[in-house]
Amino acid sequence: MEKVLMKGNEAFAEACIRAGCRFFSGYPITPQTEVLEYMSWRMEQVGGQFIQTESELAGINMVFGAAAAGARALTTSSGPGFSLKQEGISYLCGTDLPAVIADVMRIGSALGEIFQGQGDYWQLTRGGGHGDYRTVVLAPASVQENADLAYIAFDIAEKYRHPVIIASDAAIGQMVEPVELPPMREHDIDRYDWVIRGRKPGEEQRRMKNVFYRMGADKYPAFLLDKYRRMEENEQRWESLAVEDAELVLVAYGISSRVSKEAVKLARSRGIPLGLIRPISLWPFPQKAFDALGGQVKGFLCVEMSILGQMVDDVVLACGNRVPVGFYGEFSQVPEPEIIVERAAAMLNGKEVQA
Amino acid sequence: MKLSLPDSLLRDKSSGWCPGCGHGIITRMVAEAVEELGLEENFILCTDVACGALAAYVTKWNVIGAAHGRTIIAAAGAKRVRPDQIVLAAPGDGSAYSIGIESTIHCALRNENILALVVNNCVFGMTGGQMSPESLPGQKTTSSPFGRDPARNGAPFDVVKTLGSYDIAYLARGSVSSPANVIRTGKMIRKALQKQLDGQGFCLLEILSPCPTNWGFPDDRAGKALDYMRQQQEVFYPLGEFIDKEGSKDA
Ligand SMILES: Cc1ncc(C[n+]2csc(CCOP(=O)(O)OP(=O)(O)O)c2C)c(N)n1
Ligand code: SF4
Repeated sequence: MEKVLMKGNEAFAEACIRAGCRFFSGYPITPQTEVLEYMSWRMEQVGGQFIQTESELAGINMVFGAAAAGARALTTSSGPGFSLKQEGISYLCGTDLPAVIADVMRIGSALGEIFQGQGDYWQLTRGGGHGDYRTVVLAPASVQENADLAYIAFDIAEKYRHPVIIASDAAIGQMVEPVELPPMREHDIDRYDWVIRGRKPGEEQRRMKNVFYRMGADKYPAFLLDKYRRMEENEQRWESLAVEDAELVLVAYGISSRVSKEAVKLARSRGIPLGLIRPISLWPFPQKAFDALGGQVKGFLCVEMSILGQMVDDVVLACGNRVPVGFYGEFSQVPEPEIIVERAAAMLNGKEVQA
Repeated sequence: MKLSLPDSLLRDKSSGWCPGCGHGIITRMVAEAVEELGLEENFILCTDVACGALAAYVTKWNVIGAAHGRTIIAAAGAKRVRPDQIVLAAPGDGSAYSIGIESTIHCALRNENILALVVNNCVFGMTGGQMSPESLPGQKTTSSPFGRDPARNGAPFDVVKTLGSYDIAYLARGSVSSPANVIRTGKMIRKALQKQLDGQGFCLLEILSPCPTNWGFPDDRAGKALDYMRQQQEVFYPLGEFIDKEGSKDA
């Protein structure tokens, strides 16, 4: 197939359309806005629904109704707006409803700034809203991957009846790269036997409410644990680079993983045995990538755009805390390959590396 | 006397509503309207989390249980996906006019083709009778123990003053305070559903309803709650049809 040049956010939006998404409701916020703008005309072309809602709360709760009615429904936001989506994401989880949400991350708490950042990792991977839940979180590192992950996100969401979040950032959303777009698919809103439409005679009543009301609080925990186990087993995604003989392994996702790849090249050219694990699924965290490593690995270095080192805990857990886990974080700048290599070399020399 | 009930209602289930509550009457009226218009197979009920949500357990309709305050917006989402279905959102006054007011207004501005049936009992019923946006001046609630004082607590919200000039299909207020009002309100429900069928757009029907439990008349054999409705609630919130854009075949 031929490649076209596209912005990350637009490739994401187009791939959602091609995955059969025919419902978008959301609110403008930089650096996500191109998705909303793209959908405003593209939904018109494909006979879908585009609604610029009164707020992010309205956007996600409208998605809730649309998903209950059987549509492949999408809402997107960034930072402050993504925080407002948490109510609806918790309701989607509690109700067993599939939907796709994108957080095009920007930096900082509160308003922060519109530049790229990776400070939403905790909110993305720990649930973010109230109650016992996590969602599948996929982190693209290129325009192509923004499209590819969007395309499979709806399938994953429906497989588990669970929301899937795409976590990109200002850099991935705004960059222009060649992309091969997937083929067009249509989604049948009556595909599943749980969708809400009028009840036909003889059918059981369908109540799209908290699952544990229907199931009973005694049966719900086993049901939920099984669902999470299946997601953890089947949905781990990652890319490993030069790990076969690596003595130090970088762990980085999204924009930070791109510079980490540069760093691996640079280090190797200087004879430093550096490798990279790039989590593509932030949750489930790619435990399998760590389990597959050889005994030569002496440590890990987390490279992120966050001040506090939000992914470090997951790396400590994934490696069983058997070797040191260092951290190199940047706030408003993309991490520097040269600094990554410097810190990696320091760690290999037995030094502790923190922030 | 023969008991006749619409087919969508379950006969063998107890509702969970308090004695003297208006929700049961309202649910029956909706069921009657749905049956009369022949909509049973195309009807979706979208509930809130509050007292109105109990309707899901005494009817056979398929139900979307939205978050508190998100009933109207979730219903609009479902309707956009399934324009051939009739979607009724059933929030309370707290849901529609307090936490969910932004979507009530914007769904009206977008003229979403749904019926918002707002049950106004002038309190937060489900959480035990706190002040709602509809609580009357002077009304004692668990969070306005000295009586609602507009100077301190803000003024009550009258949906007619806010949406009265909007370009929507229907805006009306009914009540269940008397048999005559029940009959009138039943016609309003039918009319609003017919408008949705005709694709006329946003309909908001507020129904004044008693909450004896939280109005201080728990064992209300004397019908004090109905007196309160007639003497206070209906005086402050006048009944009637305020917008009836294209009329209706049913009128
Ligand atoms: C976000 C959120 N805030 C608060 C609540 C608690 N809550 C449940 S129902 C309700 C108020 C109900 O009042 P109303 O909407 O008027 O309905 P009623 O029970 O009177 O029919 C509140 C505050 C909640 N469930 N969710
Ligand atoms: S609390 Fe009030 S509104 Fe709720 S069921 Fe009881 S009487 Fe009805």
